[in-house]
Amino acid sequence: MTKRKPLDDNSDWTFKKLEQYQSEIARVAEHYRLDTYINQIEVITAEQMMDAYASVGMPIGYNHWTFGKKFIQTEQTYKRGQMGLAYEIVINSDPCISYLMEENSMAMQALVMAHACYGHNSFFKGNYLFKSWTDASSIIDYLLFAKKYIADCEHKHGIDEVEACLDACHALMNHGVDRYKRPQKISMEEELKRQKERESYLQSQVNMLWRTIPDNDKLHDKAKVSFPSEPQENILYFIEKNAPLLKPWQRELVRIVRKVSQYFYPQKQTQVMNEGWACFWHYTILNHLYDEGLVTEKFMLEFLHNHTNVVAQPEYNSPYYSGINPYALGFNMFIDIRRICEHPTEEDKAWFPEIAGSNWLDTVHFAMENFKDESFISQFLSPKLMRDFKLFHLHDDNSNNYIEVGAIHNESGYKKIRMQLSEQYNLSNLEANIQITNADVTGDRSLTLRYIPHQQVNLANSKDEVLKHLYYLWQFDVKLIQEDSHGVDEVIAQCPKAKIQVEKKATA
Amino acid sequence: MANFIDRRLNSKNKSTVNRQRFIRRYKSQIKKSVADAVNKRGVTDVTSGESITITKKDLSEPVFHQGNGGIKDRVHPGNDQFSAGDRIARPPQQQGQGGVQGDASNSGDGSDDFVFSISKDEYLNLLFEDLELPNLEKNQLDKLIDYKTVRAGYCADGVPSNIDIVKSLQGSIARRIAMTADKRRQLKELEAELTQLEQDPHDNVQAKITLNKAIKDIKEKINKVPFIDSFDLRYRNYAKQPVPTSKAVMFCLMDVSGSMDQATKDIAKRFYILLYLFLSRTYKTIDVVYIRHHTQAKEVDEHEFFYSQETGGTIASSALELMINIIADRYNENEWNIYGAQASDGDNWADDSPHCQNLMRNKILPKTRYFSYIEITQRAHQSLWQQYAQLADGDSSFSIEHIKSVEDIYPVFRSLFKKKIEQAA
Repeated sequence: MTKRKPLDDNSDWTFKKLEQYQSEIARVAEHYRLDTYINQIEVITAEQMMDAYASVGMPIGYNHWTFGKKFIQTEQTYKRGQMGLAYEIVINSDPCISYLMEENSMAMQALVMAHACYGHNSFFKGNYLFKSWTDASSIIDYLLFAKKYIADCEHKHGIDEVEACLDACHALMNHGVDRYKRPQKISMEEELKRQKERESYLQSQVNMLWRTIPDNDKLHDKAKVSFPSEPQENILYFIEKNAPLLKPWQRELVRIVRKVSQYFYPQKQTQVMNEGWACFWHYTILNHLYDEGLVTEKFMLEFLHNHTNVVAQPEYNSPYYSGINPYALGFNMFIDIRRICEHPTEEDKAWFPEIAGSNWLDTVHFAMENFKDESFISQFLSPKLMRDFKLFHLHDDNSNNYIEVGAIHNESGYKKIRMQLSEQYNLSNLEANIQITNADVTGDRSLTLRYIPHQQVNLANSKDEVLKHLYYLWQFDVKLIQEDSHGVDEVIAQCPKAKIQVEKKATA
Repeated sequence: MANFIDRRLNSKNKSTVNRQRFIRRYKSQIKKSVADAVNKRGVTDVTSGESITITKKDLSEPVFHQGNGGIKDRVHPGNDQFSAGDRIARPPQQQGQGGVQGDASNSGDGSDDFVFSISKDEYLNLLFEDLELPNLEKNQLDKLIDYKTVRAGYCADGVPSNIDIVKSLQGSIARRIAMTADKRRQLKELEAELTQLEQDPHDNVQAKITLNKAIKDIKEKINKVPFIDSFDLRYRNYAKQPVPTSKAVMFCLMDVSGSMDQATKDIAKRFYILLYLFLSRTYKTIDVVYIRHHTQAKEVDEHEFFYSQETGGTIASSALELMINIIADRYNENEWNIYGAQASDGDNWADDSPHCQNLMRNKILPKTRYFSYIEITQRAHQSLWQQYAQLADGDSSFSIEHIKSVEDIYPVFRSLFKKKIEQAA
């Protein structure tokens, strides 16, 4: 490679230097076929970074106290020095907005640009989950619409009403996600236009459903039909469409929260991959620039220092240990995929016959585009990496008074560890599996939900509080049932509470 | 491909609204915290905010999530001693080794409190919410002292430095359009005629010359309309607007006779601080005059006021007389909003009390916005209280309150300055 004149490595940055580095990084990124949305790089102060934190990564957030709480928390911990701020925040939008903090040094800004503007950005554009579940070009418009709509509602119906409704929606936010259906892409103009129509249409549908005027023709067969015909896991969607007494604007709020939740859903499922991909590329791109002689050793030392901090994995008995670091796992997995492609061992050839010795660039792009954390790990975690991380599996059964080591990083344990680690990133195992099984349309309008425990783990105590929120939206009795050890349904939570005794007798 | 945007100069308080929402939502808890804090606070500590504590439990936002128990499988890094099949005793109180992140923090019933700071203004707002200065509006409007110069539209004459260029040029454009409208219409007609002539196959030389001349004449006339005329000039107009004076003086009167111990004085001091804080929300400049008295009254500085010890009997009227003199001397009631607060343990020469009532009624209350008397004692009321009580019945700008212990200060303060709805209506 021909050596070129190095870029200015003075640690102070200027906009001119940012542009020079950016264009070099862009050139290298193109060389590695990173396909990105156009970058919009915004330089902000630490305080603005805290603002961005508080709005959980939404560039335009509606107003709600919970964001105020997050801001105060961030501010407190930051001021006390308990926490550094992230170097960047990047938003899955088109153009892709990344925030650089003004106090970063030049080397850090370059790292962040390579990481966020080319790493994350290309992931947002390329990964199948993001492609099918989010629409980067419309999210800013939608959030703008949401903010304005909610502000209007506050104006019309009062802050307290809106707040209570949003609180209730937030409590159920994790259950406002479609997992198996492709949502429609929506832009602001369309949204505005359709919102009006929807308002009246939705209400009329609901009115139909809850009609109390006897309908003689259908009365006989109607009694037997259970509603919904299949269990529904998207609780917010069900509420939006079917809650009997919600006002049209409240339905719209439910919808907004649901949409926001849906937008973030792919990010939850691809944490390891997304961070790993971004780390892999900032590492690869900046090393490429170093090989070309464009950045100096001084620059590289600072960069490597930060890079090493980010991808460090403390061991299980370290005081700094708080689970597996997604940056570390993801970064090492992508590095490992490249190694398997370029320098496969006999073991790799046995474990990964398809990719051992293949073109590494094709392979990492393939891996990035077609997997989520769960499948990525079960597909690509190699025995070598398990040895490097010294992974071991603990099986903790509440009915025993000991914890058992299920598998360690040896020949007989590789498959089990890989399977368990993959399960650990399977969102459907991590989140409570709760489905709406029945809404008593013809009777007392009560709503029944079923909790299906994963590996016998019960719901946490917060369920009563959440049910109150659900009751606020549904406005008729709500109960949560679970099958007990004898296979009999048991009411585990109910709102309003008064009738628990009666219910137990009824089920006994 | 990238665009850089410098957002550093954008407003950084994007979260302000949300922060206010948060404070609004937890107002009851925060107010309790503020009320607790006010009694603990150092007295001269006026400029700082306050740190607020809310139990985390009140703040949690519940979501459905998996609890403890059941079967948990976890993979951890850094194996240094285990092999498959090893059994480890369960660590007490903790489910699973390390309890992978999320398990612990989600449960939301940690015992830690949520502590955060509010600014001075937020603190004072919460502290004095629902309170108001009595008689404020009524008295201020008829005693206007200061004037401030404000913009008051435009006028046709004035000094050159006040010329508003934009407005003047707008006027000039309008005038030119108005004055030339007729001529431009003629011009347009003539030009149309000319084009018609030119399309005409005949030569019409003479007609063309006439037309061209007419066009030229009109164009000249249009050009002769002056670009700017003294008629166009507009001057910024200023008017003097009366503003209510924002100067206030606060008289702190305290009995320092032998019967007042340090604890009683501390209570008085806290009361004065609250009063000072409260006034400082309405008035920009506040003078504080400290008058202490036993049988004689003396104007002193803050430190001496609160900390020096005196002995002897009590003649409260001496302090009132001194206050009257100082008002006459330095604080013209037309310029100053005068507030008074008197603190005492209630001891006074019985003969002196009617004199106090007299002074108060005739000399002091007509000049002050509000005067409050607080009696700090555990004992029964004496003559001064009874005399003042007669006075307080008939006069809304005078009030008396009784404080028994430190806890009473804030409630008493609030009752003194409670918003009087019927009065406002």
